[in-house]
Amino acid sequence: MSIATRFVADATVSPWTGFVARRIGRLVVSLWVLVTASFLMIHLIPGDPVRAALGSSAPGALVEARRDALGLNDPLWLQYAHYLQGLFSGNLGTSMTSDLPVAQVIGDRFPATFEMAGLAFLLAVLIAVPVGALMGVLTRGGRRRPTELAFTSTSIVVAAIPEFLLAVGLVYLFAIQLGWFPVAGRSDANSYVLPVVSMALGSAAMLSRIVRVEMLSVLGTDYIRTARAKRLPNWMIYFRHALPNALTATLTIGGLMLSAMVAGTVLVENVFAWPGLGSTIVASILAKDYPVVQGVVLVYGIGVLLVNLLVDIALGMLDPRSTIKES
Amino acid sequence: MAARWLAALKTPAGAVSAAMLFLVLAMAVIAPILWTGQAEEINTRAILQGPSPEHLIGTDSLGRDLFFRLLVATGLSVKLALAATGIGVTAGLVLGVVPSLLSRRIGRLVTAFVNIAVAFPGLLLAMFFAVIFGVGQTGAVLAIGLATAPSFARLTQNLVATQSERDYIAAAKLAGVGKVQRLLRHILPNIAEPLVVTATIGAGGSLLAFAGLSFLGLGVQPPAYDWGRLLNEGLNDIYVNPLAALAPGLAVVIAGLAFNLVGEAVAETLGTPMPVSGRGAAPQRVPQASTAKPYTAAEPSTDGADSKAVLTVRDLFVSFPGPAGPITPVRGVSFSLARGEAVGVVGESGSGKTQTALALAQLVEHPGNVSASRLEFLGQDQLSSPSRARRQLLGTSFAMVFQDPMKSFNPTMRIGVQLAEVAQRHLGMNRRQALARAADRLRAVRIPAAERRLRQYPHEFSGGMRQRAMIGMGIMGNPDLIVADEPTTALDVTVQQQVLRLLSSIKEENHVAILLISHDLTLVAQVCERVLVMYAGRIVEDLPASDLAGRGMHPYTQALLAAVPDMETDRDRPLAVVPGRPADPSQVPVGCAFASRCPKADDQCTREDPQLVEREDGHRVACWHPSRGTGRERVSVELKLHAVALQGEAS
Repeated sequence: MSIATRFVADATVSPWTGFVARRIGRLVVSLWVLVTASFLMIHLIPGDPVRAALGSSAPGALVEARRDALGLNDPLWLQYAHYLQGLFSGNLGTSMTSDLPVAQVIGDRFPATFEMAGLAFLLAVLIAVPVGALMGVLTRGGRRRPTELAFTSTSIVVAAIPEFLLAVGLVYLFAIQLGWFPVAGRSDANSYVLPVVSMALGSAAMLSRIVRVEMLSVLGTDYIRTARAKRLPNWMIYFRHALPNALTATLTIGGLMLSAMVAGTVLVENVFAWPGLGSTIVASILAKDYPVVQGVVLVYGIGVLLVNLLVDIALGMLDPRSTIKES
Repeated sequence: MAARWLAALKTPAGAVSAAMLFLVLAMAVIAPILWTGQAEEINTRAILQGPSPEHLIGTDSLGRDLFFRLLVATGLSVKLALAATGIGVTAGLVLGVVPSLLSRRIGRLVTAFVNIAVAFPGLLLAMFFAVIFGVGQTGAVLAIGLATAPSFARLTQNLVATQSERDYIAAAKLAGVGKVQRLLRHILPNIAEPLVVTATIGAGGSLLAFAGLSFLGLGVQPPAYDWGRLLNEGLNDIYVNPLAALAPGLAVVIAGLAFNLVGEAVAETLGTPMPVSGRGAAPQRVPQASTAKPYTAAEPSTDGADSKAVLTVRDLFVSFPGPAGPITPVRGVSFSLARGEAVGVVGESGSGKTQTALALAQLVEHPGNVSASRLEFLGQDQLSSPSRARRQLLGTSFAMVFQDPMKSFNPTMRIGVQLAEVAQRHLGMNRRQALARAADRLRAVRIPAAERRLRQYPHEFSGGMRQRAMIGMGIMGNPDLIVADEPTTALDVTVQQQVLRLLSSIKEENHVAILLISHDLTLVAQVCERVLVMYAGRIVEDLPASDLAGRGMHPYTQALLAAVPDMETDRDRPLAVVPGRPADPSQVPVGCAFASRCPKADDQCTREDPQLVEREDGHRVACWHPSRGTGRERVSVELKLHAVALQGEAS
């Protein structure tokens, strides 16, 4: 690693190129770990997964035939090679319950999950950044203690409610009592409201606390004092000088939040019977449809890794020092 | 440790959350013993009922009482959450400690593995493990436990690494204490506290995760039931009996919060030092700025020439609220600055120099309180409420240069933009004109390749260049005053001279007044015509810079001078220092603040505070016993100045 780093530093390429190369290198290693883990998953299950899937009353010949079809009787290394080969050609295997290709199952279900997580993240950011920045400005330097207390305690409580419980509460209130939105399912725009809001609220509360704290620390820096010494109007100090700096620091945690959100979809989808990957993976685990489970785990994992990569690159672009700081 | 946990629980938030947690834990133990019978009694005549006096939150599809089921489920929910946390902490500790025990290579491998695992959300890991361990209670405990392990491992690694760098660990290493011994006897006890706090918060997380898995049908399987299971069953009947779903959800939230908040409360108390009980003598309160009696006895010599003055200040006070009454770092400062005059402000740290400068620039932040009987800049009153015109005047005519050029530029904005915005805002220039002006100003402060530099970020500038750019930013307008607060302290000696010469030449060329704040007497003597010596928030002497060498009358000025090492200082003897410690701004004594350190102090000095009185033309002193120093200092300072000048030429 140190040799590689030195090479990058000595070469005449810009530090930016080196930074992206290192990040992609890290992504590739993580991907390999992920793929290997999802491959091994099926082999770590105690007993025979095929027997478990087909049930103890299934005839032995059928089990053997299915094991052969899945390649489970080959030596482990060969299975691994086949698995990797399959991945590269987009072949993720076949579902044991529906006999559909796993890639097709995922392709059908992915858009619903992606839409829900994406919209929820967008909503969370749209709420958290203005609210957090405003609270930071209002409570800077120990001003307005009561406001600070009200904001902090509200956001702690909201952030502590897990998405799926919030979803249950929202369903009761807005779908059953008020009848404003459908109870479950994915159809028109109205059906998106409750799932997206229940995913976004907790994250928005957590993120707005972070934005506020970052805003406070930025407002206390020397360069904000410089901006004030230049007699810039307050809005310029807050929007131009403070907010971008507060957001670079927020972005790292926002990224972690987004990957947690990817996982959070699993629970919320099950509350709303949302036809996405989350309800698919749970149903497949319960039905012991391991090829589908493997495939979906892989998709979720790749989603998380991509989110992390994007956050790192965005950080590098927003904060001109981060390429230098990188070790 | 126990004492600090108790302290945490004495805070209102701590007490409430501790009470909540106690209730949850008590319920977890008691409920299964008392009410298992009621909770599992099947009643086919009362299936799926809503809330009623007999069944507070209704019944399930077998007619079982949901309220009792909810209470009894506390036991299993808490038990499983604690078990999972236990597994997570143990596995995390092992993974976290291994890198410090095994060979470097294996340690790195473990660290890399943990880093990859940490990137994945806990729920995803839990589902992965749930597949491997099989659907059910045991599988879920293992799954959630292992899913929380990576973040514990990361924390442990970080804590161990920080502790290992401490001196006492190095000492133990030198004393021949083995790796394992060091870890068990020295490191682990010291990192136990944050780990326990995190584990407490983690238990809350596990409880929520378990509810999630059970809700999905991957955790507890019937006939056993925890809150997640009850929620799963209740959600199907949400139309018939909403409470069947809402009540277990609420229980999960409350229990999760209880663990979380206790952990947070303790973490917060650990972050702050323990309050010290039984402190010594109560600090004496300084009269608050607003009620303070103004020190008006001495009128400054430049009073008659006020119309020429760039800046005039009378009775300036700055105070901050402190835990034991207000702290007043500036207590009645009065002086004037003439056009084109360079005045130095010297004094030890804590003498109120910087707060004076910030108050003059009207940059003291909340909760600081500034008051003065008079504050004028270019003949305009600065005490009235701020206006746009005043902002513009200050923005173009009052420049500030701060101590640390590393931190005083915005790291995410290009230098050019930061300079140009002054001209855009206050001079009505458009972006192109403003950038051209900025390039011109960078050239004026002798920064080569100005156009290219404009497009760079602050971190691409060297320290000295950054400070010159800061001065360049100050002269974007046409300043009449530059206030420079320790402008060279953060720079190395050769660069210091460049910056000082730059300030001097700007002063000469544009007839700008300079207020140079510094603790360095020689530096001030080099640039300034007049020197204000500050002690404990007041000006104790105001004298021509040429008089510094041997003609200072205040004992503090003399002591400061004597502490300046020069070419003749005997290097075998310890450096001279001003004896004693500077006055604490939260408890300034009644009389002369310097009395406790002054060789000439008598009863009068400890009784009455001397006023700043004019002794000679242009020389004011606040002392009951002013006298000229000996000739030795004069010689040595002149020598020293000569030496500095030589150094400047060399650089």
